[in-house]
Amino acid sequence: MSLPFSANPVVEQLGDDRTMVLNMGPQHPSTHGVLRLLLEIDGETIVRIRPDIGYLHTGIEKTCEAKFYQQVVPLTDRVDYLCPMTNNLAYVLAVEKLLGLEIPQRAQWIRVMLNEMTRINSHLVWLGTHAMDIGAMTVFLYCFREREELLKMFEMVSGQRMMTSYFRIGGLALDVPLGFFDRVSKFADTFEEKVDEYENLLTANPIWKDRTIGVAKITYDDAISLMLSGPTARGSGVDWDLRRDMPYSGYENFKFSVPVASEGDVYARYRIRVQELRESIGIVKQALAGMPEGPVKADAPKVVLPDREKMKTQMESLIYHFKIVSEGFTVPEGEVYHAVESPRGEMGYYVTSDGTAKPYRVHMRSASFANLSSVPAMCEHQLIADVVAAVGSIDIILGDVDR
Amino acid sequence: MPLEPAVNDIEQLKDKPALALLLEWRPEAIERAKWDRNELTIWVDRHSLREACIALRDGASTRFNFLADITCVDWFPSEPRFEVVYSLLSHSRKERIRLKVRLPGEDPNVESLTAQWPGADPFEREVFDLFGVRFQGHPNLRRIMMPDDWEGHPLRKDYPVEGYR
Repeated sequence: MSLPFSANPVVEQLGDDRTMVLNMGPQHPSTHGVLRLLLEIDGETIVRIRPDIGYLHTGIEKTCEAKFYQQVVPLTDRVDYLCPMTNNLAYVLAVEKLLGLEIPQRAQWIRVMLNEMTRINSHLVWLGTHAMDIGAMTVFLYCFREREELLKMFEMVSGQRMMTSYFRIGGLALDVPLGFFDRVSKFADTFEEKVDEYENLLTANPIWKDRTIGVAKITYDDAISLMLSGPTARGSGVDWDLRRDMPYSGYENFKFSVPVASEGDVYARYRIRVQELRESIGIVKQALAGMPEGPVKADAPKVVLPDREKMKTQMESLIYHFKIVSEGFTVPEGEVYHAVESPRGEMGYYVTSDGTAKPYRVHMRSASFANLSSVPAMCEHQLIADVVAAVGSIDIILGDVDR
Repeated sequence: MPLEPAVNDIEQLKDKPALALLLEWRPEAIERAKWDRNELTIWVDRHSLREACIALRDGASTRFNFLADITCVDWFPSEPRFEVVYSLLSHSRKERIRLKVRLPGEDPNVESLTAQWPGADPFEREVFDLFGVRFQGHPNLRRIMMPDDWEGHPLRKDYPVEGYR
């Protein structure tokens, strides 16, 4: 198998005058951001395809090194802007592991619930745009109808629709507002019908099946050696989900199944993500039903900002508040890698501490970056019309790829 | 879960299958091992890195089939300056391990893993781009994030946060 990103720009290597080079992107609407693809084509068949990335590189990893630990949380939102809560979670779990902090049950459960809502949000955007790429416009409008409701709920807990920054090292920023659980429960009760609506439009649709079945295949072995994860890998028979296999943040308390398919084509990945929508809403319902009472912040005054009321009335809390805000908190030396299952796959944070209040190094292992490697394996020797379906089916977010 | 002190003694860690396998395979290649916060880290000699990964992948007691991540840490100004960090994951045993290679600041290079895991291609290019660590045997070691004519390697500690002005 050829290397996914290898080979010099295709232009330089053109030896054959039967082929031509076509540039796709970085402004192409179906590349979901600023992905540039170089295609070497022979008629309508792709001989070679190479992704060219870096257009959205903002140096977030470098910026992290200049911030206090708690100031990094808002930066992580901006990495993968369709699932901010998942990024927040991966980062705070990594730092909490460094600190050895114990997180109260209620905070863990709210985190799980919001993470699954984020997954639904992300999958809805994927489903809508992917269907639109392939030519089914209606699904997009349906998906964004439900997504709007989700964004309103995110705004309710965090004050923000997209860049939520709701999780904190040691728990949550605040407990959820009154009426939030009722609203979630109302959404959860009707959501499965909505998924049926999307499926009615697509699953048995002959045009959709023609465009997706047998297209852009990835074998099991390729999925492993190309370091793929998430639904992209599960579509090729890799039965692996970090939520089930290496549970974090209390996922071991929830019952859900992990959809896996062996076909490895675009249709398989579509079916897996749609099934995940149903599983996620199931987890949200379980979280609502069993939501524990109690605090949402860890008992660690040197790390967690004190209650507003306490800060105003108790000298000690005021001192802690002042110290955390002005000079941060120190983290014992060491390094950890903590990964969570993001809607796209393994989102891992490698955080190194040198014992000061600023992280020595924060590395983000993003699923999109690794999954992008599958594009050449999917598209080479296929038709040029299938590129859009292939790129859509791995659900890349360029902010996540470039960081 | 309060923090327990890290275990740095190789003798005490011999019950970990990954370390046991590597010690049996090539003891002189193992520089150090650490068990900290439930994570095992093994420092490997830079010339044995690739073969160590293959040994861990194929060993019946380890089965680290999935390369999860490659990254680097710059410890400027101390020497050896760079630490390239490999995270391996075993799907069947549900376990992670971290391999580290220490590299000098002068001409840092290590073997490439692209022949075993083609997916390592963009990760190694990223480390090369942002740290200037060279991967021997990589078929196309060019910049991936920064423009081709960029000067310097941004994630090095002696590179200013605001960039060169």
